[in-house]
Amino acid sequence: MHGNYVALPSVETLIEKLTQALKPYFPSNLSPADQPIIIGIETGGYWIAKAIHQAIAPGNDLGRLNITFYRDDFTKIGLHPTVKPSSLPTDIDGKTIILIDDVLHSGRTIRAAMNEIFDYGRPQRIILAILIDRGEREIPIQADVVAETIQLESGNHVKLEGPDPLQLTIKSKVEHAS
Amino acid sequence: MPANNLQLDENGKLQHFLSIEGLNQKILTEILDTAGTFTSVTDRVIKKVPILRGKTVANLFFEASTRTRSTFELAEQRLSADILTLNVDTSATVKGESLLDTIHNLEAMQIDMFVIRHKDSGSAHFFAQHVRPGVSVLNAGDGQHEHPTQAMLDMYTIRHHKQDFTRLRVAIVGDIMHSRVARSQIHALNLLNTAEIRVIAPRTLLPVDTESLGVQLYDDLEQGLLDVDVVIMLRLQKERMRGALLPSEKEYFNQFGLTQERLNRAKPDAIVMHPGPANRGVEIESSVMDGNQSVILQQVGFGISVRMAVMSMIVGRSGLQASE
Repeated sequence: MHGNYVALPSVETLIEKLTQALKPYFPSNLSPADQPIIIGIETGGYWIAKAIHQAIAPGNDLGRLNITFYRDDFTKIGLHPTVKPSSLPTDIDGKTIILIDDVLHSGRTIRAAMNEIFDYGRPQRIILAILIDRGEREIPIQADVVAETIQLESGNHVKLEGPDPLQLTIKSKVEHAS
Repeated sequence: MPANNLQLDENGKLQHFLSIEGLNQKILTEILDTAGTFTSVTDRVIKKVPILRGKTVANLFFEASTRTRSTFELAEQRLSADILTLNVDTSATVKGESLLDTIHNLEAMQIDMFVIRHKDSGSAHFFAQHVRPGVSVLNAGDGQHEHPTQAMLDMYTIRHHKQDFTRLRVAIVGDIMHSRVARSQIHALNLLNTAEIRVIAPRTLLPVDTESLGVQLYDDLEQGLLDVDVVIMLRLQKERMRGALLPSEKEYFNQFGLTQERLNRAKPDAIVMHPGPANRGVEIESSVMDGNQSVILQQVGFGISVRMAVMSMIVGRSGLQASE
């Protein structure tokens, strides 16, 4: 284990917290077509989105977002051809989107994700749900729903590894822009 | 043509795309995988991603082209580049100083990437040697040398339909001698470990070094097509022929034209490809070209994704290891 030890709750606990917090967005009197669309950001956010989708609305659409092409540091990071391409439900116009990611840090991933979503259509609303908010934002983006907020020493990163099992680890100064 | 190391930077990443020769299997596979992620962009409401935003790409076509030019342009636009296309008509041989002048003039306009087609073999390589550091060159066909993006879109099409190259028997039929496409295809098929590559052509249309490329030679179409998985037809390049290489087009069709009857000797699920433009009734029968084994129009669409992939890899080359 690198860096300072910070006690992290189990991923299951955090996903359960997020699931409970998101349930009110899915009133049972709405048909699946009128309910929000869950979209996970590759790779960690999608793993969480899958679990939440299974728990709340297994019959609804589930979207996957690969934001590589939209990163503001693309020329530095390059492509990751192993990451699966984006696949969003065909029509997101006027829909509510629950956008899910594992870690919220600089905010740049979310900015890129929103840029990409708007290339698919114009959603009515985007709700941002995050497993872990670790602070140190570089742009003014905040989550609507957060399972856990932690403080990390600058230069350290928290990373979700998986998919089986899902596990949070803290790494010191490893390249992981989020 | 020693284009080999010029194409890769010190980390082994693509910085120019000049020829398949000199590349490795890892890069080819990365191009195919990356192209796969771009096919989804084409299905969206806004068919654009911002990878080349703020970059300027110049398409220099010293030789006529419709398909290659337009798919390059679309690929660039879908990557959000600003583009400039010059169709430079050249009756006299343009090389040496005048080509250098072209480069320097365009460089003064802050071009980031050049796509070049020229009738002289080696011209893209020449261009790449003389551009400023950081500027990239893509070969869109140089003389009878190579046409690497065409070969990669062909590989993409084959993989899309047949997956594993190591079990495939691929036949390339026709005017091998004048075909930069065939040269690039043969290199690519070899790098991807294709089980068997057959070249089927009249002896007069085979270059002398063909056998050294690791292919089986056939001068009889019916024998050559037996049990193949993929049939790639080439265009008879009348404009490049000098002297009496062929008796007549009709005679050529009689011996080397792809008819349904001949195609039936290939495997039942064999696919038929053609880089275009095709001469109906010369190298391929109309009904085969429009038939259900033909994937010719699909190739055109895949050409956009493959060209997007190559350009993205070049722009993103300073990135971390792709496996991270």
